[in-house]
Amino acid sequence: MEPTKQSPKILVFSTDKISDPGIDQAGLRKLHYSPSVYVISMPCSSGIKPRWIMHALEQGFDGVFIAADGHECSYSAKCPDHTNSIINEAQKLMQEKNISPKRIRMAALCSVCAEPFVSHMNNFSKILAEIE
Amino acid sequence: MGNQEKKKRIGVYICHCGGNISDYVDVEQLCDMMKDEESVAISKNVMFACADSNQKEMVNDIQENNLDGIVVASCSPKLHLHTFRNVAQRAGLNPYNYVQVNVREQCSWAHSDHPDQASLKAAGLIRAGIQRVSWSEALEPVSIKAIKSVVIIGAGVAGMRAAIDLSRMGNEVFIIEKEEKSGGQVAAWDTLYPTGASGKELTQKMLEQIRRIPTIKLFTSTTVESVTGSLGNFTVEVKIRQHGEEVMKIPAGAILVTTGFDPNIPAEGEFGYGLSDRIITLPEFKQKIEKASGSLKIEGKEIHSVAFIYCVGMRQHKGENKYCSRTCCTSTMHASLELHKKFDNMKSIHLYRDIRTYGKQEVLYNQASKQGDLFLMYKEKDPPVVAVSGGEVKIEVTDHLTAKRQLELTPDLLVLVTGMEARSDSREMAQLLKIPIGNDRFFNEIHPKLRPVETVINGVMLGGSCQGPKNITESVQSSMSAAAKINALLCKESLEMEPIVARINEEACTWCGKCAEVCDYEAIFQMETNGKVVAGVNGATCTGCGICAPVCPADAIEVAQYTNLEIESMIDGFMAPVILEEKIAAPGSEGATGEGLMKEYPNIWKEILSQIDSEPLTIPQIAKQMQKENALVTYHVMTMNKYHILEAAGMDDDDAYFLYTPKIRLS
Repeated sequence: MEPTKQSPKILVFSTDKISDPGIDQAGLRKLHYSPSVYVISMPCSSGIKPRWIMHALEQGFDGVFIAADGHECSYSAKCPDHTNSIINEAQKLMQEKNISPKRIRMAALCSVCAEPFVSHMNNFSKILAEIE
Repeated sequence: MGNQEKKKRIGVYICHCGGNISDYVDVEQLCDMMKDEESVAISKNVMFACADSNQKEMVNDIQENNLDGIVVASCSPKLHLHTFRNVAQRAGLNPYNYVQVNVREQCSWAHSDHPDQASLKAAGLIRAGIQRVSWSEALEPVSIKAIKSVVIIGAGVAGMRAAIDLSRMGNEVFIIEKEEKSGGQVAAWDTLYPTGASGKELTQKMLEQIRRIPTIKLFTSTTVESVTGSLGNFTVEVKIRQHGEEVMKIPAGAILVTTGFDPNIPAEGEFGYGLSDRIITLPEFKQKIEKASGSLKIEGKEIHSVAFIYCVGMRQHKGENKYCSRTCCTSTMHASLELHKKFDNMKSIHLYRDIRTYGKQEVLYNQASKQGDLFLMYKEKDPPVVAVSGGEVKIEVTDHLTAKRQLELTPDLLVLVTGMEARSDSREMAQLLKIPIGNDRFFNEIHPKLRPVETVINGVMLGGSCQGPKNITESVQSSMSAAAKINALLCKESLEMEPIVARINEEACTWCGKCAEVCDYEAIFQMETNGKVVAGVNGATCTGCGICAPVCPADAIEVAQYTNLEIESMIDGFMAPVILEEKIAAPGSEGATGEGLMKEYPNIWKEILSQIDSEPLTIPQIAKQMQKENALVTYHVMTMNKYHILEAAGMDDDDAYFLYTPKIRLS
């Protein structure tokens, strides 16, 4: 029994207080998404280092998804700007290594965003499967 | 940086969660697999990791095997992080050398449609947990001595109520009120729903109560000038403008913000506002009802019909106020009822988008309907058009409840139902306290369900409508909840704060200042060490958000528990190859009695089985014989039933309860 080759591996960075409870809720409600999705929860999406994103992609993850707090962030009103900068920085590093910028994606998810999370995972899986 | 030595003796516990996990994840096989992982000293699978018996076993394991890190793969850390941190602590292991892996909400439940894949994923998750704990550091909570005094900003109903509660709990309280008088918005209101009491009297009563309590000091005409310090030891500098100006520094263990709201004022010409004296807002209307006697007159004209336009300045898809102000529907119903109660021959017409008289407030809607009020529904895209000509107010509206009929109304008075807005000075207050503001410009609590009334600044809490539109009951409830939380913090002799803060690698840091620029909490400062200018972190004000870490060009900042080693090794753990053997009969599936797993069952199951061994019993009978609570026995009997360990054997004599009998026998 080995992982299916069709489902792309996705690393999700979630946030302890807002988006991770939303992802928990997807499980609680038995809303299914790809079992190749792995989650690391952080205090805030603005604290994700581009080198971690690179590490994940170089280790074999097909894509990295940032489940950010957006404007709901309880730490900083500028959180969406900070997170965007991190993604830009990561995409520069990805470009240097000839990795498609489509392999990173971000969306704001709240603590009850169970369905949106599942639909983001389904869509992202499709996008990743289409990348050569 | 911290002391990140790789752990050598790790304990791994994989929980069945009764079947919530093990029905889909091959817990036993994973347990065997983890025994072979580097640095794993013991690996166990347990029926309920959180059960008392297992916690005791974990304490023994840690002590007997001299474990230096533990991993529990079970439910979400939101449920049991602190349970297992306490287990570690009881066993003498640093609680931060513990990692909880979520194999329930984010694995077995989410992938119950693919049990084989769920097991593979769980293997990756547990390996990542082992990797993470192997680089975890022993952290010591920051201990702070707390001052038992609280500064409350705002002397409205929320602030005054919290002051009374906090003083009763033995705290010294300082209330800072910007205005000349206390009472806030409520002091200007007349009859309140549901008690019928007057707002003026209510606030006056609270003020009198406060005056009788010597540990509460109320400062009116006073503003907050600066706030320094952190939880347990803030200094709030205030300016008192009573007889000249006086500056005072107040020491406080915590701060409660109860600054309230501003009523929304329509723009000039919005639904005709400002074009006629017969177009007024709801608060203005309420004052007119209060002051008038005998008949209601405006500019000499007797008023007999009143139209209300709801959601003025609120729920705007394209405007600034996207939110619903929640209280205005009820307030309007109440005003209409008061109008009819006080004056004869009145007619009310409500032009609404949705009626949101939630909970018991529905009674008012019902009463308004019964007294003959008319309700016409309009849509945001098709709002009523108001025109003023010859002193008369004319409203054209499409009623979306009667096949979109076009109606023309000429009421004697038009009332614009406006809602609550964040105070115009909320940004300045947010800057002083360094608390975040939401898109709606109200102050942000950490989480409305999980951590309400708390802000990300430890020791700064929110009460009342400064956090969002609330009625009086809700405002007072939230401020009482904040008071209880503050007291829970300050009643301890010393406060323990999470040591999860940013740290600087002084060797790598070259002080460019970028980290300090992005920190909203002024927790990063410039300092000199060994003749070198570097960044320093104030551990008391750092929230551990980590915003400073990715902006450092030298990668010289890390947040404890989120270090490069921990995160990158987790990623490696996820990616480690896994090969699992096909599961033959999962516990709980057809054909599996679970008999072979008997040694793994909690003792209470064995006890239940022995009770029903000689004769079938009901749950209350088992509970009584075991001297345990019904709820506990019910939970276990239901789980045992699910696993075919016992089964129902008919009903009792009263036909009220099922009788249970064992399906397997104890050897």
